[in-house]
Amino acid sequence: MKRNPHLTQKIAFFLLLLATLLIVVPVGLIVVIIIQKGLPAMNWQFLTDIPRQGMRAGGIFPAIVGTAYLVGGAIIFALPIGLLAAIYLSEYSKENILSRIIKLAIINLSGVPSVVYGLFGLALFVVFFKFGASILSGALTLGIMILPIIITSSREALESVPDSFREVSLSLGASKWQTIRHIVLPNAIPGILTGTILGLGRAAGETAPILFTVAAFYLPQLPGSIFDQAMALPYHLYVISTQVPNVDEKIRYGTALVLVLLVLFMNLMAIIIRSKLRKNKKW
Amino acid sequence: MVTFSVKDLNIWFGTTQALKDVSLDVRTHEILSVIGPSNSGKTTFLRTLNRLNALHLHLKMKGAVLFENKDIFKIDLELLRRKVGMVFALPLPLPLSIFDNVAFGIRMQGIKDKKRLAASVEEALKEAHIWSEVKDRLNESAFKLSGGQQQRLCIARTLAVKPEVILFDEPCSGLDPISTARVEETMVKIKQKYTIVLVTNNVKQAARVGDRTAFFLNGTLIELDSTHKIFTTPSDTRTNDYIVGKFG
Repeated sequence: MKRNPHLTQKIAFFLLLLATLLIVVPVGLIVVIIIQKGLPAMNWQFLTDIPRQGMRAGGIFPAIVGTAYLVGGAIIFALPIGLLAAIYLSEYSKENILSRIIKLAIINLSGVPSVVYGLFGLALFVVFFKFGASILSGALTLGIMILPIIITSSREALESVPDSFREVSLSLGASKWQTIRHIVLPNAIPGILTGTILGLGRAAGETAPILFTVAAFYLPQLPGSIFDQAMALPYHLYVISTQVPNVDEKIRYGTALVLVLLVLFMNLMAIIIRSKLRKNKKW
Repeated sequence: MVTFSVKDLNIWFGTTQALKDVSLDVRTHEILSVIGPSNSGKTTFLRTLNRLNALHLHLKMKGAVLFENKDIFKIDLELLRRKVGMVFALPLPLPLSIFDNVAFGIRMQGIKDKKRLAASVEEALKEAHIWSEVKDRLNESAFKLSGGQQQRLCIARTLAVKPEVILFDEPCSGLDPISTARVEETMVKIKQKYTIVLVTNNVKQAARVGDRTAFFLNGTLIELDSTHKIFTTPSDTRTNDYIVGKFG
């Protein structure tokens, strides 16, 4: 049978469009439904008040603060370590079986289910180091979870800096570290920042890693130190959706909306920073 | 006076041999042109002199390279590269301003004094014959310059470190004839103060600027003599064939 090129083109076009729509439509629906059902709950009191009447009324302020602490703590821990590891892997480590295994392991780590990180955090930070269920344990657990994201994206950013820049710098008598510090790093910052912020977004949204390590079911006051438990948005959402009966739908969706907006805001920041710094890119 | 003395240099990248038993001297304050078809090992030879080849992972090297009678592997690496500067095939400004490009090498030596930096930058730019074109726009990005200007900026950047030798790796391969003439003019002028090794694909360029010319073929040094001799009465027929353009 002879194929009709116009027909096959049309079929291919249709299939490609269909696949794209299959991705876009559910995402769009999720956003629309969350906004539609959550927007009525949005007001100043909801954002700044503590939960009241067994979390059936009042606000979600402690959960917002808790998530902010956790995300901040995770990044303070993960960014320096991740960046240094990425510099070592991309600039110093020799290409051999060991370094290849390490790189592969790091990539695979980002595919490990988050609940496994939760268990790991429980065993290491809560029990072994005796930090207890605390912001410290939770932040460290989240930090370990986002380390692979930060290392991988930082490595890619470092490796995308052209080798010719390194050669020029070295040929002018700069040492290897000077070359990294003054030439490679400044040109890799957009990529590093983007990866970091994407990692932040992931840390903000995950429930499982904080489940055993920090999250409080109900804690009407703000945490006082890093050894306190804290509420966090994703866990709070889980609690009021499944554990507490008769919670008003708009409070549940309002919480979800805040969480989505928070993550969206972070991703937006990543995009803005990247495009801003890309404009300055000159090669 | 001999600046570089190369003895029985063999270099392999993995299993392919890039240089075979190369022995030659680079004399002080000469322009030594290195010509040969692509893959003849001339760039490999050049990048051995400032140890930039060592960045290559599977490099194996045999033989000796002496810089001022000292083994280059026994000289402090950063010091060697300060004394043996390099200008690359393509103009490669760093993503910095014109001023910062030229000041980069000096800054890396720990010099922070603004007056001293400014003086060194001005001197280097003047020496590379580009000062009058850039003196009012030192803070602009180096990428705003034309290709020929960028290459002279790169020469200035190399000169700013006050090297003794400058290695040119096909410095005009990406330039138009007028920019090429400017760069060549600069080379001949700075020859009084520096020893120059010029790798070039452009046979005529070697004839124009070189004091002596070396002809490489398949990793072997075929012939090294005064430029005049090489271009009038070469002793090897392959040299003659390459120069007149029978292959290349």
